[in-house]
Amino acid sequence: MAAVARFLVRASGSSKASITNVSNGVHSKVGVSLLRVSSGFNPHAKTQKRHAAHFTFQAEPAQTKYGPTQKMNLFQSVTSALDNTLASDPTAVIFGEDVAFGGVFRCTVGLRDKYGKDRVFNTPLCEQGIVGFGIGVAVAGATAIAEIQFADYIYPAFDQIVNEAAKYRYRSGNLFDCGNLTIRAPWGCVGHGSLYHSQSPEAFFAHCPGIKVVILYRAAVDQVPVEAYHIPLSEAEVLQEGSDVTMVAWGTQVHVIKEVAAMAQEKLGVSCEVIDLQTILPWDTETICKSVVKTGRLLISHEAPVTGGFAAEISSTVQEECFLNLEAPISRVCGYDTPFPHIFEPFYIPDKWKCFDAVKRMINY
Amino acid sequence: MAAIGGLRRLCSIGLSAVSQNSGLKALRLCQYRAFGVNGALRQQPFDSPTEKPQFPGASADFVDHLEFIQPNVISGIPVYRVMDRQGQIINPSEDPQIPKEEVLNFYQKMTLLNTMDRILYESQRQGRISFYMTNYGEEGTHIGSAAALDPNDIVFGQYREAGVLMYRGFPLDLFMAQCYANADDLGKGRQMPVHYGSKDLNFVTISSPLATQIPQAAGAAYALKRENVNRAVICYFGEGAASEGDAHAGFNFAATLECPIIFFCRNNGYAISTPTNEQYRGDGIAARGPGYGMMSIRVDGNDVFAVYNATKEARRRAIAENQPFLIEAMTYRIGHHSTSDDSSAYRSVDEVNYWDKQDHPISRLRHYMTARGWWGEEEERAWRKQSRKLVMEAFERAERRLKPRPELLFSDVYQEIPSNLEKQKESLWRHLQQYKEHYPLDVYDK
Repeated sequence: MAAVARFLVRASGSSKASITNVSNGVHSKVGVSLLRVSSGFNPHAKTQKRHAAHFTFQAEPAQTKYGPTQKMNLFQSVTSALDNTLASDPTAVIFGEDVAFGGVFRCTVGLRDKYGKDRVFNTPLCEQGIVGFGIGVAVAGATAIAEIQFADYIYPAFDQIVNEAAKYRYRSGNLFDCGNLTIRAPWGCVGHGSLYHSQSPEAFFAHCPGIKVVILYRAAVDQVPVEAYHIPLSEAEVLQEGSDVTMVAWGTQVHVIKEVAAMAQEKLGVSCEVIDLQTILPWDTETICKSVVKTGRLLISHEAPVTGGFAAEISSTVQEECFLNLEAPISRVCGYDTPFPHIFEPFYIPDKWKCFDAVKRMINY
Repeated sequence: MAAIGGLRRLCSIGLSAVSQNSGLKALRLCQYRAFGVNGALRQQPFDSPTEKPQFPGASADFVDHLEFIQPNVISGIPVYRVMDRQGQIINPSEDPQIPKEEVLNFYQKMTLLNTMDRILYESQRQGRISFYMTNYGEEGTHIGSAAALDPNDIVFGQYREAGVLMYRGFPLDLFMAQCYANADDLGKGRQMPVHYGSKDLNFVTISSPLATQIPQAAGAAYALKRENVNRAVICYFGEGAASEGDAHAGFNFAATLECPIIFFCRNNGYAISTPTNEQYRGDGIAARGPGYGMMSIRVDGNDVFAVYNATKEARRRAIAENQPFLIEAMTYRIGHHSTSDDSSAYRSVDEVNYWDKQDHPISRLRHYMTARGWWGEEEERAWRKQSRKLVMEAFERAERRLKPRPELLFSDVYQEIPSNLEKQKESLWRHLQQYKEHYPLDVYDK
């Protein structure tokens, strides 16, 4: 079992820019692509009592609108996106810690051999350097795809992202920009990642005008178009239509709420509308508000701690826009306001039972 | 069992195989131990100092006595100088032989910057602009280095390098427009004064966070190297900024990724009030370069020719060899840190006067020109008058100009304005319709 979610942060680019299999970007992309690898999912393991996965993968029906597809897990589809970008954009370079041999999550396997060591290379172990360097590459007009090994280690580069990347275009009056920069980083909990291999830092970046924050998820193995295609940013996707409750999540948590929707239907006869937000900043208020106007109830769920989490922003905006339609208080099912714990992970995460209970309470309100 | 437990602790600390007294485990542990002993016996005898260490992390010989490496801070890296304080060339073979016209240009650009500094400094004192930072005493580092570059080389600066823009021909009107944040400002009035930038002149817009430009400059140099177009990057910073983590990042990245870049440190003795002995304890900044595997030199920053020579050669080699160079220009910050600082609170007026009167880059170059008969009192008087007029005219034009349209507050956050920002823009507009008398709309463009 492998990759599940993907998280991107992007800077001062165009709202029409794309994220999936291509980034021929003329736009700022501080992309943090997050990968979840879960080693505790082997059904045959009897000895190790590690907690089972808190979600189940559901593969999407194969889409043919983008041409031929191939079975890929998330890290393979990331490689495919990078491959397409390097092939179509001769200025594009990929760099970070340990990307040359293929990356610690195997997202860059084979790319150095295919495109050369001047295009896919290791940097010294220094996150502020990686992002600063990437900004410089982009300022000079080339396409920079930087990798931060874990989202937990993006904070040393916070200054370069928030004060520099995000503000480059604005402060220079559009004389200079770093729109060609994308930062990818693995994101979210993995079962045993503890404090520094589990974080979901999107809300820290959501408060920063000038960057785009994107999180995509994909089932363990899915059919993925081989050729380049685009998924528009700032557009949420309604994965499942419903009439009683709107449920919003992103990344792996989408798997959780999909399952909750099925449970709610089966056990409570409640029809849930499931929405994958995809882009955290700038986010798609319209799709969410339209759904809440229809259902009258909203549940938002994320792995990150509840206080100051992005659910607060969604909740507040929906309350402002849909006051007359709301039939119950908006519910936030999130991580607790603690660091992400090691052995207590099963109790920490906002799993399907916590979400299910919230749905129940909202319906009975 | 206690013995086995002890053995286990000895042989396999940290290994997960746990020793609940099974015979099999004991056997395995014994084998492990035996293997260890055999390994030790098979090892070659350590015979002589001729044997080379095999560590991947460094290429060095063994040494058989304990000795710490001592920093040499008493007799540091020497300061390269071309002319003395009286403008005399010390070693003719180092004379760059710059033609008269260009030397006059050096002088005029340095003094024009000085004139602009004086007028804008005063205007801040009178509350006409909000903030200013002068370049007093560091004019030579700007002009000397800028002259040694190609106009296509990309410049990343800190904030005290206005002379580089001046040398590249940035119009006085645009300097003023930025400081006044008027409608002509290329930066659309969004940043504090002296945060200049020019796409046409390859001068990347200044930002306040210190040292952030250093790793960025390395990245830009890497991109230029891949373009293979004989361009280099120069990155200026003060000795205070060199303490930031980003400086370490930039130096190390530039070296390991083989970037054609010149790191130019202006060591003027102070970071606001902090003297260098509270900033570092090594031999300045230049001494750090070799630690990163970087070619390094220290120059007299008040000697425009020394700065020029060092930059010229660093640029040539940076491009030819794809490697970074570090130049530390020793100078002295004659002015206050900024208009928000009174430097007499932490240093003596005598100290400042020494540098202003005895060892100034402008007066040194003037001595050089006078000795050649290229410049006299009359030229000086005429140029002072003319440069003052040029600056004052630009100043008055800038002051009369309106500020940019308020809606420019919302553009360029992203390349396109996202819908949430469009809404906020409309909301401000509606608000202004109703409450316009409470806002200074008359000084802004419509």
